[in-house]
Amino acid sequence: MIKSPEDLKRLREEAKALTSIRAGQGVEIIVGMGTCGIAAGAREVMSAILDELSKREMSDVRVSQTGCIGMCEKEVLVDVVRPGETRITYGRVKPQDITRIINSHVTNGQIVEDLVVAKLD
Amino acid sequence: MQLYRAHILVCGGTGCVSSGSKAIQEALTDELVKNNLDKEVKVVETGCHGFCETGPIVIVYPEGTFYCRVSTEDVPEIIAEHLVKGRIVKRLLFKAPVTEEQVPSYKEIAFYRKQQRVALRNCGHINPDNINEYIGRDGYEALSKVLTGMTPQQVIDDMKKSGLRGRGGGGFSTGLKWQFASNSPGPKKYIICNADEGDPGAFMDRSVLEGDPHSVLEGMMIAAYAIGADEGYIYVRAEYPLAIKRLKTAIAQAEELGLLGENIMGSNFSCTLHIKEGAGAFVCGEETALMASIEGSRGMPNPRPPFPAVKGLFGKPSNINNVETYANVPIIYLHGADKFASVGTEKSKGTKVFALTGKLRNTGLAEVPMGISLREIIFDIGGGIINDKKFKAVQIGGPSGGCIPEQHLDTPVDYDSLTALGAMMGSGGLVIMDETSCMVDMARYFLDFTQKESCGKCIPCREGTKRMLEILQKICGGNGVPEDITTLETLGAVIKNTALCGLGTTAPNPVLATLRYFRDEFEAHIYDKKCPAGVCTAMLEYKIVTDNCKGCGACARVCPVGAITGEKKEPHEIDTSKCIKCGSCIEKCKFNAIVKG
Amino acid sequence: MANVTLTINGQKVSVPEGITVLEAAQSHGFFVPTFCYEKDLTAPGACRICVVEIKGMRNLPPSCVTTVTPGMEIETESPAVFEARKTILELLVANHPLDCMTCEKSGSCKLQDYAYRYGVTSPTRFEGDKHKFAVDDSNPYVFRDLNKCILCGKCVATCRAVSDRNVIDFAFRGFNTKIATFMDTELKDSSCVYCNRCVAICPVGALSDKNMTGKGRGWELDKKEVTCTFCDAGCKFDVNYRDGKVVGVTANSAASGRPLCLKGRLGTEFMNNPDKTALPLINKDGEFVETSWEEALGIGPIVEKINALKK
Repeated sequence: MIKSPEDLKRLREEAKALTSIRAGQGVEIIVGMGTCGIAAGAREVMSAILDELSKREMSDVRVSQTGCIGMCEKEVLVDVVRPGETRITYGRVKPQDITRIINSHVTNGQIVEDLVVAKLD
Repeated sequence: MQLYRAHILVCGGTGCVSSGSKAIQEALTDELVKNNLDKEVKVVETGCHGFCETGPIVIVYPEGTFYCRVSTEDVPEIIAEHLVKGRIVKRLLFKAPVTEEQVPSYKEIAFYRKQQRVALRNCGHINPDNINEYIGRDGYEALSKVLTGMTPQQVIDDMKKSGLRGRGGGGFSTGLKWQFASNSPGPKKYIICNADEGDPGAFMDRSVLEGDPHSVLEGMMIAAYAIGADEGYIYVRAEYPLAIKRLKTAIAQAEELGLLGENIMGSNFSCTLHIKEGAGAFVCGEETALMASIEGSRGMPNPRPPFPAVKGLFGKPSNINNVETYANVPIIYLHGADKFASVGTEKSKGTKVFALTGKLRNTGLAEVPMGISLREIIFDIGGGIINDKKFKAVQIGGPSGGCIPEQHLDTPVDYDSLTALGAMMGSGGLVIMDETSCMVDMARYFLDFTQKESCGKCIPCREGTKRMLEILQKICGGNGVPEDITTLETLGAVIKNTALCGLGTTAPNPVLATLRYFRDEFEAHIYDKKCPAGVCTAMLEYKIVTDNCKGCGACARVCPVGAITGEKKEPHEIDTSKCIKCGSCIEKCKFNAIVKG
Repeated sequence: MANVTLTINGQKVSVPEGITVLEAAQSHGFFVPTFCYEKDLTAPGACRICVVEIKGMRNLPPSCVTTVTPGMEIETESPAVFEARKTILELLVANHPLDCMTCEKSGSCKLQDYAYRYGVTSPTRFEGDKHKFAVDDSNPYVFRDLNKCILCGKCVATCRAVSDRNVIDFAFRGFNTKIATFMDTELKDSSCVYCNRCVAICPVGALSDKNMTGKGRGWELDKKEVTCTFCDAGCKFDVNYRDGKVVGVTANSAASGRPLCLKGRLGTEFMNNPDKTALPLINKDGEFVETSWEEALGIGPIVEKINALKK
C-alpha cells in the first residue's frame, strides 16, 4: 500500500530491476558459451555471476552470452565492458573467481590483472 | 529479488495474439524449463510493438534482438542458439526491404529509427499486467509530483503551456478543456476517457490500452485532480476484449496499491474509475453520444452548447479526453511542459501516433514528432508501396478525413495544415492507396460506413449521406451522369453546414476531398464509363489478346462460370455476357494474354 | 430579467436574455420552420430545419438550441439558409410516399406546408431508395405509417414525459433508423395505452387518430378547450367540432403531466353512440332489459327508506 510519495519512491527503486535489463545501459558481462566454453564450465560460471549479482542486488548489470571466439583453450572466457572503458577479457575463469571480478572490476573499476587475457579498445 | 540475465519479450498485442503469440509464449516457457534456464531467463508478455506486419514479434534482451514472424517451431532454436550459446538466429531477423540486409536490433530497424515514442513509450517494453514494471519506469511519479507539489490551477497552467491538443480527432487544446471543466462550479464532476476507437484502420488507442494501461489511468488521475473530479469512466469498445481485460487488471492493481480510490498516496485526493463497455456504435465516440450511452440511453449526440465541461455526464461538469491524450499527460509533468512543447510545430506540439494500413510494406503503429512529412511516414517508416506500385493517395483521418495526393506529401503533418488540405488529423489512421485503388470506390466505401453508422437523429446526415452514397454507387456502377458531381458537391456542403454532430459534419469529407484532387477519375467514370484503376467491375471488360494467347487452356479451366472457350493451342475467347469479372483468369495466365479495361 | 439587443434580418430588436434565437425571431414575427422543437417539451436540435445564419459562427446553427447573445447578427432566411432548408426538405420528400390527397394529415402537415413554401418539386434531385415499412393498423386507436415519419422524435419525447410509459424510442441505424416499440412489435403488443399524445404532436402523417379518420380536414374543424370530468385529475383538452357536432378529442399539450388519457379521449364515442340509453340494463333470464337505477345499483330498499323518512 502506497501511503506517501516516499512509499512510491521505495517501490520504484525495487521495481527498476524488473526492466533495467531492457534499457541497454550500465556494465555488461559477456560469457563465452560456445561448445568449448560450456565444456570448460561456462554454465557454472554463468550461475555464479547471476548468484553474485542477485546477492548484491546489482540489477543494472547486463549479463549476456556469446559464441566461440577462437580462443578455446583459454575458456571459460568472461568479458567485462564498463561504459567508455576498455573491454577486458578474462580467461580460464572459475566460479570462485567471480566474486573478485564483480567486487573489484564491475563495481570499482579495478581490473583483476592476473586473470586478464586481452584488452580491447 | 530474483535477477534474470535475459528477458524474452513476447508481443501480446491483439495483432500478434491473432498470429499465434500465446502459443509461442508457452513454448518458450516450456523450452526454458527443459534447458534448465528458467531461473536465468524470464519470459514477459508485453503490449503491442507497433510493427504488426512482422508479427508475432519476440525481442530478446539485453541485446535487444528483434525476431519477427516467429513460429512455435522456431522456439527450440532460439533457446539453444541465442540463450544457451549466444548466437543470434539470423534467419528470424528483420530483413531491410531494399537492401535485404538483416537487422539485428530493434533500434536499427528503419521502421523505428524515425519514431519518437511518447504515448507508446512503454508499449512493448513492459508487462502491462504488472504495475511494478510501470512504476519501475517512473510510473505514477508524475501523479505523485502533482498531488504533493501543485495546485489544480498549476496543473492546468502547465497543461496549457505544453500545448497538448486532443488526439482523438478534434484537436482542441487539452489545457483549455481542463480549464473550462475546472471553472464549472459544483461538488460533483466526472472524468471520462474516450476509448471507443472506431475509425476503420485505426488501432492506436487499443495498443496503448493493451500495452500500457497505467499511463492512461495516471493521466486520468492527474486530470481528475486538476478539474476536481472524484469519479470517472473509461468508455471502451466491447470489441476490444483484451484491452478491457488489461484495464480491469490495471485498475485492480492500482487500487490495491492505493494509487486509485480513497486518499490517493495519502493525500486528500480521491478518485474511483469504472469501465463502461461500449454498445458497438461508431457514433458513441462522439462525446455527447458517449455520455448518453454511459447514462444508459441510446448513443445519440446532443447539440453543444451546453458543452460537457458545463453540463456533461448525468448533468454534471465533465472532462472527456481520448486514450492517447491521457497517455501523453504523465510525461508532461514528469519532464516538464517546456520539454514536451519543444517537440513538434508551432501550433501542434508533441508527437502523434499513426496507424499505417493499406498498400504499404510496413503496416503497423508509428509515433512521430508533429511536423514530420507524410512522405517520411509513408516511405521511410512505412517502407513505401508494396509490389513497387505507384503511390496514389493517402486517406488520413478515417471516414471523417480526406485524401492527400502525391503533390502534397511534403506538407508537415500537423492539425492545421491537414485541415487546410481538406483532410484532418482525426484519430491518426493512414490508409495508403496505390495506382490500383479507385478513388471513387474509396469514397463510396467511407460513405457506406458513415451512412450505416449514422444514428439517424438529424436529417442531413441520415438522409443526405444515403443519397450521396446512392450517387456514388451509381457512378461506380457505370450509370453516373454529369450532374452527379454538382449534386455531390452541393449536398455535401449542406450536410457539412447543418448536420448535428462531428460524424455528420465530416461525413462528406472523403467525397469532397476526392473530388478536389481526383476529379478526373470521377469524370472518367461518368463520361468515358471507365474505371482507370480497374476496380469498378461494372465498367470492366476482360479481353484476350489473341497474339499473346498460346491456347494453353489454363484460363478456361479456372473460370468459375465457363465464360472462356477455345481450341487447344488456338487463341481463346471470353464470352463477356457470361464473365463475372472475378479476375481468376488474369492471375492464371502466364503469357499476359488477358487484359482488363 | 435583463434584455439583450441583437439584429435579426437587419432589424435591431431587444429580447430577454437566456432565450433561444428561435424564440427571439418568432417573438418579433420572423418565420422560422420547426419540426422537432416543441416548447416546454423538447428541443433536441435534431431536424436542422430551423437553422439560421449567425455572423461569426461556423456552419449554420440550429436556432432552437442556440441562445441569444448581445450584438448577435442573425439572418433567418439568407440564401445559404434557404438552400439548406430546401435541401433538407428535398431529402425528406425524396423518402416519402407522396400520397397527400389521401393522407389524413393533409392540410395540417408541416412537411406539406414547408415543402410548398420552399419550392420543393417532385421528383427531387435525390431519387433513390424509399422506406417500405409495413403500416401498423393493429389497434383501434392509432394508425402508424412510418414511411411518412421524419424522425423528429417528438412522439418519443412526449411518451417519455409520462412517468412509467416510455413505450417507443429510436431503433436501428443509418437510413434504417425508425421509431419502434420494445422489440419492434406492433403497438397492440406493446405497453401503449393509446393516450394519443404522440398523435397530437406528430407534425406529419406518420401517426393519426383512427377515431377521427375521414371526419374532417384540419381546417374544417373547430376546437374548444374543455376540462375533463371523468376523473379528479381534471385534464384540459380540445374537443373538435365539425358543423357543430363533436368528432373527436385531441390533447392540447404534450408537455409532462397527463394532458389526456384513453378514457377522456374515448368519451366522444360514447357521446355519439346511437344505441346509448338513459337507463341501465340488467341481465334477467339471459336477456338485458331496461331497469331503474335503484334496481341496477341494488339500493332500492334504501331509497324507499329515505323516501319514507322524508314524509
